[in-house]
Amino acid sequence: MEFSFTQEQKMIRDTAEAFLAEVSSSEAVRTAMATEQGYEDKIWQRICAEMYWQAIHIPEEYGGMGLGYVELVVMLEEMGRYLLCSPFFSTVCLGANALIIAGTPEQKQQYLSEICEGSLTATLAYTGKNGQWGADAVQATVIPQGDNYLLNGSFRYVPDGHTASLIIVAVRDEGSSGEDGISLFTLDAHTPGVSRTWLPTMDETRKQAEITLDNVIVSKAHLMGAQSKAWPQLNKIIHLATIATAAEQTGGAQQILDLTVEYTKERVQFGRPVAGFQAVKHQAADMMLRAEVAKSAVYYAACVAEEAINGGPLAGELAEAASVAKSYCSDGYFKNASDAIQLHGGVGFTWEYDVHLYFKRAKSSELFLGNAAYHREQVAKLLLD
Amino acid sequence: MKISFSPEDEKFRAEVAQWLTQNLVGEFEQLKFRGGPGDEHMFPEARKKWEQKLAQGGWSCVGWPKEYGGRGCSIEQQVIFNEEYARAGAPGHVGHIGEGLAGPTIIAFGNAAQKQKYLPGIVAGTELWCQGYSEPGAGSDLANVKTKAHFDEAKGKWIISGQKVWTSLAHESDFIFVIARTNPGSIAHKGLGFFLMKMDQPGIEVRGIKQLTGTSEFNEVFFDEAECDADDIVGEPGEGWAIAMGLLGFERGVSTLGQQMQFQNELNQVIDIAKTNGSHQDPVIRQRIADAHVRLKIMRYNSMRMLSDAGDGGLKKEALIYKLYWSTWHRDLGELAMDVLGPEAEILASAPYNLTRLQSMYLFVRSDTIYGGTNEIQRNIIAERGLGMPKEPKVQLK
Repeated sequence: MEFSFTQEQKMIRDTAEAFLAEVSSSEAVRTAMATEQGYEDKIWQRICAEMYWQAIHIPEEYGGMGLGYVELVVMLEEMGRYLLCSPFFSTVCLGANALIIAGTPEQKQQYLSEICEGSLTATLAYTGKNGQWGADAVQATVIPQGDNYLLNGSFRYVPDGHTASLIIVAVRDEGSSGEDGISLFTLDAHTPGVSRTWLPTMDETRKQAEITLDNVIVSKAHLMGAQSKAWPQLNKIIHLATIATAAEQTGGAQQILDLTVEYTKERVQFGRPVAGFQAVKHQAADMMLRAEVAKSAVYYAACVAEEAINGGPLAGELAEAASVAKSYCSDGYFKNASDAIQLHGGVGFTWEYDVHLYFKRAKSSELFLGNAAYHREQVAKLLLD
Repeated sequence: MKISFSPEDEKFRAEVAQWLTQNLVGEFEQLKFRGGPGDEHMFPEARKKWEQKLAQGGWSCVGWPKEYGGRGCSIEQQVIFNEEYARAGAPGHVGHIGEGLAGPTIIAFGNAAQKQKYLPGIVAGTELWCQGYSEPGAGSDLANVKTKAHFDEAKGKWIISGQKVWTSLAHESDFIFVIARTNPGSIAHKGLGFFLMKMDQPGIEVRGIKQLTGTSEFNEVFFDEAECDADDIVGEPGEGWAIAMGLLGFERGVSTLGQQMQFQNELNQVIDIAKTNGSHQDPVIRQRIADAHVRLKIMRYNSMRMLSDAGDGGLKKEALIYKLYWSTWHRDLGELAMDVLGPEAEILASAPYNLTRLQSMYLFVRSDTIYGGTNEIQRNIIAERGLGMPKEPKVQLK
């Protein structure tokens, strides 16, 4: 039992931190978030070309580095700490994961290779306007037409949906409900009938879009997984993305703690740093507890995710591990960010200080892929029903 | 990063489970799930016999080095032993203070004679120990110890006077380890000694403290010119603080995973009741049960990180948060248990004040966030050692 990082994993973390401290400074984040695209091409290109992060857990046969989910999670934690504005999450944790789990050999060969080359960004669209995150979220429909398929419907809350070149969509057979009748397709963003609209968001560090399919026709080559029976695969993709989100949340929960401790040590009131007051120390101690506990949940879930992809005795724990991690990390990050505003005093309420960026990201990542209560209910179903 | 156990470890797990299944029977059947915190006063004699049974099977002090009578188990095996022990519902160790605290301290700091005199009785489960640290004026502020020790040249013994409090199982124990002030006029952590003392002697009186559970597993212990042999001070007079602090380090460790298995047993009981009385359909209860499950799962992962990092030396952050985390979790579980029970929660097992296991747990968990360093002290420790925040300004005492 070695539940700690290997030397190589520590090296990946340290390298990521050094690079992100340089390219994802407060100034860089503010520049990127003010744009509709939401990231700067030159930084994304450096990530792909210099760092090769987009290839980290993609199998070597497609040009990837072939590392594990733990290594991916190490990177995501650092990206969450530095609020990196990039299409990394959408491309790797949604797009690449979907291809790895459900793609045909041809789709993997084409798209995973393009992701590794840095020439393709991707995302996953499955949630309709009802804002659900389980199987009922899938509302768009598919009708087979000879060798082709006719797709209709709309998706919301799609990360980087307005900029990604490849969109993986989940649709259902007309009249089907729940986990039945779900299929996955790869969809070129420029296919006729696809319209994409940027949805301006309170958290400006991650962009969302609405995607509408109006009589879109795709060939059989675009079908992923088993027609009408793709829910288990989609479910797995969602669990993996949920763990990835929790990893970002963990990094954010740690960074906002560090910023707060630093600030309270500098801020002098009544003749001493406010960090010396017990009321402040105790809140900070609770913040540290949440950050550390979040890490334990995420690292465990990462090990489970690794086995869910490549096989191993823990593979069957994927759903539970994802919900354990996401429910704890959602609450933990939000509470840390809200305490951080309080401990920063008046400046915590300003646009100038970065606290609000974390506070907003904490809420958006809490709501994305199901909030804490949603995931606790998933756990309750396993335990009680 | 790798979290599964090796095939050898799994073989060891099967061996432990099998021994427990074969031996936790007959007269020991009644001890299942008994004797944990809040239940320490129950079945002392039968539990002592069980302890001796464990020793005969080679299952006492499994983490101690073989040269001192232990089993020399690796950390993984100790984890497995503690997990299987709790899973089987084997009773709380009546000798846990000797095995977990007194013994490791004597192994680390004691001389050859002390090792020879005291360790075999702990391993055999025949000699029980209690811990004489806290005093009425020195709870979390252990440096405020007032109990005095002076060396009587004529008798050739240390003479101890003073009072200890919150002493678990003092009424069942054969020995006590005591921190007392050897240097008159010394303050704080200077000038303390660490003594190994026999309980059965004229100068020691034990008075049970009736707890809010209606039972007594804590005691006051009064020392009126009690005697300690010259050879039974550990380390040098005046150096007791370092030994006491070393001992506190032993309190954390592999047994935490066994503790979690007991927590799991308690949570399972709550879940069974919820399913039986239908409260599992209440959306708020569902959320709270799921939350308890989530946080207990992560408690296990915290411990695994703590144990995996143990080799690096020094206290890791996940070790700092541990006490605050588990004690708060357990307190919440007590409240959840009562809410799941509903009005049935109020009904006693029998008069005059005999509690059910869950009632006893609910009341006892209020002490979890107090003993062993209150949550408030834990938060200070986390902020100061974990985050480098300034200490409280010292008040000058006159």
